[in-house]
Amino acid sequence: MQLIHHSHQPWRQAIPYVLWVALAVVVYVFFPDQLPLGARIACMAIFVMSLDLVVGYAGLATLGHCAMYGAGAYAAGLWATHVSGDPLVGLLVGAVAGALVAALSGLFLLRFQGLTFLMLTIAVSQILENLASKMRHWTGGDDGLSGFSMGKVLGLASFDLSGRVAFVYAVVVMLLSLWLMRRIMGSPFGLACVGIHENRLRMAALGSSVTAHLQRIYIVAGFFAGVAGALSAQINQIVGLDTLGFDLSAEALVMLVLGGAGHLHGAIAGTLVFMGIHHVASAINPYHWLFIIGALLVAVVLLPRERWSLAWRARLASLGAARVHPSRGVP
Amino acid sequence: MNPSPVLDIRGLCKSFGGLHVTRNVSMQLNAGERVGLIGPNGAGKTTLINLITGVLAPNTGSVWMLGQDISHLPQDQRVRLGLARTFQITQLAPRLPIGLQVELAIHQRLGSVHHMWAAVSSFTPVREEALHILHTLGLADLAQQAPVSLAYGQQRLVEMAIAMALQPQVLLLDEPMAGVPTAERQVVLQALDTLPKDLAILMIEHDMDLVFSFAHRMVVLAEGEVLAQGAPAFIRQHAAVRTAYLGEVG
Repeated sequence: MQLIHHSHQPWRQAIPYVLWVALAVVVYVFFPDQLPLGARIACMAIFVMSLDLVVGYAGLATLGHCAMYGAGAYAAGLWATHVSGDPLVGLLVGAVAGALVAALSGLFLLRFQGLTFLMLTIAVSQILENLASKMRHWTGGDDGLSGFSMGKVLGLASFDLSGRVAFVYAVVVMLLSLWLMRRIMGSPFGLACVGIHENRLRMAALGSSVTAHLQRIYIVAGFFAGVAGALSAQINQIVGLDTLGFDLSAEALVMLVLGGAGHLHGAIAGTLVFMGIHHVASAINPYHWLFIIGALLVAVVLLPRERWSLAWRARLASLGAARVHPSRGVP
Repeated sequence: MNPSPVLDIRGLCKSFGGLHVTRNVSMQLNAGERVGLIGPNGAGKTTLINLITGVLAPNTGSVWMLGQDISHLPQDQRVRLGLARTFQITQLAPRLPIGLQVELAIHQRLGSVHHMWAAVSSFTPVREEALHILHTLGLADLAQQAPVSLAYGQQRLVEMAIAMALQPQVLLLDEPMAGVPTAERQVVLQALDTLPKDLAILMIEHDMDLVFSFAHRMVVLAEGEVLAQGAPAFIRQHAAVRTAYLGEVG
């Protein structure tokens, strides 16, 4: 995983943000018909980053992260239906719903580790999915929750059919979430999460209450998963049962592995690659596009990140384009 | 009159099913005292450490620290009261630079480990303290290195650095020389000398020369119970110890 250092060279920290903004500008200007896809990618990237907090940083393997995403999506949808269509308030409502689900389920889940934890996370999301299915009156059941409309973002811009406002809104929320998550993981709290991932026994011997610490990061991750769910509800203006489905959690995990667990920028890159391939390859061959994802996964898993990194640095060094400092970064 | 002990172990018993691993063990540690805990393999030494630190719960008996019964406190609260340990097999975060591991221990001690907003690098006094501790143990140049790239003896020193960062009242050293190559033993010995003089230390060690020269007082465990305790010279001459542990007959 990547340790997040702040301070010494802030401009270096800013480079990836500039690249993401540049990419967003390119999409906005040159691919206007792909803006809805771009908004969905930004939304999913927030979800994958939140998963990264749990899997990549805290070392908790989960396949039930969609529970928080779905809770955020339904909460934002219900809020827009019954209370207010203000997007930012809706985001906050979704985030709180995600954090609440994480807090309540974490109290039970985090008593367990490994495979038991993994299976129980699936169970929690399945229970919520079934609850959402049964509560048709509120959630629309299999038909999904729809019929709500969103107000103007900051009272200025309405969601339009071309998806321009939704795209910009989603990208801004994604970048803000990225900044917040990196800020949190670069703190002593984040460092302790990495410590727990690396060696629980050592952290307990340091006086860390490991379960309580994991509970906090689980809530933080739930908060951001809730943001992602709420954002999805707002830009799609429909919430389906698939927001609580196992497939979503599994796909998010694949995206995370593709981009590199423990690297928040990698989570965005993995989402971009997965959804980009999905979009292009499934149009060419809707039945077999997963072969490409499978091949990529095999490549990523079989070729260790260090080897990629070393090869890339050696290449850069040979081109004279970079000076590689041995103390920079940790695999 | 003896000063009140910083650590007071009273009649600890622990059994796993029918196996009695610790039998009515009582001992005390005073401030600044160095106590050696020896005994043959399977005598229950590491189990005793685990009982003291709260990793295991005793069946009967109690552990008191600074006049407070800590028997029912979880491990993290015992550490916060000033109880630190090292492990028989080093337990470090393998890929985390050792400087950050020491900083993490300091954050844990200060309670700043819960800060979610300020960057780790903004805690300058913490970084300076960590570097000072590493410098004391001759590890300052390796602060950016992860344990996986260090020699085993150096990893032992990192464990000690982390323990020092916690500023404990009592330090439990579980075989600090285990697995350390001969060439690196001197470094660990020098590190032991740098430990604060007012720190109470309980050291488990199989290296008799080391433990007899280090300890002010020895406790001998055999089959889970205290066979003898006293000054090193007394233990050397103790007939039961020589028979049961040192393997001498007659």
